Amino acid sequence: MIPLLYVSYALICFGLAFQFLGSIALHRFPDVYTRMHGTTMCTTFGSIFIILGIAFYGLLQSDTALFLHPLVALVFLLLTNPTGTHAIARAARFSGIKPKHAITDSLAGGKK
Amino acid sequence: MTVFMLAVVFLVLLMFLCILRMVLGPTVPDRLVALDTTNTLAVSVLIVMGALFKQSIFVDVAIVYAILSFVGTMYFAKYLEAKK
Amino acid sequence: MLFVLLALFSFIVYLVLTAGSGSIGYWSASELLVGVFFAVVAGFVSRAFFSKQKIELSTAFLNPVRWIYFFVYLVYFFFAMAKANFDVAFRVITGKIRPGIVRIKPGLKTTLGTVMLANSITLTPGTLSVEIEGKDLHVHCLNLKSKKPELKEVCGNFSQWIRRITE
Repeated sequence: MIPLLYVSYALICFGLAFQFLGSIALHRFPDVYTRMHGTTMCTTFGSIFIILGIAFYGLLQSDTALFLHPLVALVFLLLTNPTGTHAIARAARFSGIKPKHAITDSLAGGKK
Repeated sequence: MTVFMLAVVFLVLLMFLCILRMVLGPTVPDRLVALDTTNTLAVSVLIVMGALFKQSIFVDVAIVYAILSFVGTMYFAKYLEAKK
Repeated sequence: MLFVLLALFSFIVYLVLTAGSGSIGYWSASELLVGVFFAVVAGFVSRAFFSKQKIELSTAFLNPVRWIYFFVYLVYFFFAMAKANFDVAFRVITGKIRPGIVRIKPGLKTTLGTVMLANSITLTPGTLSVEIEGKDLHVHCLNLKSKKPELKEVCGNFSQWIRRITE
C-alpha cells in the first residue's frame, strides 16, 4: 500500500514541475504569443499529471467520487482550454500586436 | 497528507507569479494570458484540496470553475477583438 | 433526434458525477429518478440553442472503426504531446527560440476535422493555431527550422490520423 501511495506523490510532483516551468515561461519569453506556449504546457502536462495523481490516490482510498470527478474535470479542461487560448491569440493578432523577433509572419499582409 | 499541503502552498506561490505578470504585463492580451494560467492553476489547487480534506465537493467546484473560466476568457477575447 | 441525443448526453454526465451513491449498480433509486428528470429538462432547454446553430446530424459517428481510430489517435497524441512538452521545457530553461507565424494546408474536408486539428495543434506546446482561413490554418510556432516548413514539421501525422477518423 505504501509504495503505491508514493506513485501518486511522484505523479503530483512531476505535474508541479511542469506547472512551475509554465509559470516561469510567462516571465522568460518576450511577447504574448510565445508566453501562450508556456500556458499550454502548464495546462496540458501539469494538470494532466496532477489530476492523474489525485485520481490514483482516490482509487487507493477506494473513494469513487474522488476517482471519477477529477477525470471529468480533466476532460472539460482539455476541451475548453485550447479554445480559450485560440480566442486570445486571434484577438491579440487582430488588435494589431506584432509577434516579436518573428522570422516570418503569414498574417502580416492583413487578412481583413 | 503533508505532500498535498506542500503542493497547495507551491501552487498558490505559482499563482502569485502569474498575478505578477498580470500586474506587469505591457499589453492587454499579456494580462489575459496570465489570467488564463491563473485559472488553470486554481483548478489544480481545488482538486488537490479535494484530496487534502477528503471532500470531493472541492472537485465539483473545480469542474464548474473550469467551465466558467472558459466562458470568461471567451468574453474577454470577444471584447478585445471587437474593440480593436 | 437532437433532443434525445442531448438528454442522453446529460444523463450520462449525471451518472458519472453521482456514481457510488447506492445499490442499483452504483446508483441509488432517487438519484436515477432525479437524473432522468433533469436530463429531460436540460435536453429540452438546450435543444432550442442547438437547433439555432444549424448543426447537421450525421450517422458517421456510429461506425465503430472510427472510434477505434480515435482511441489509437489519443495514445499517439499523448506521446507527441510528451515529446513537445520536454522540448518546450528545454527551451524555457535555455531561452533559444525562433518564433513565427506560418500558413499550413492540411487539406481536411470536414469542419469537425478542422476543429479537431486546430485543438490538437493548440494543445501541443510549441505550436498554437491563431486563425482559420477557409480550410487553411495560420499556426504560431515556437521554433521554426525554415520560413516555409512542411506540414509534417508543424503538426506531425495529426492530419493523416484525423482524415482517417472523420472522412
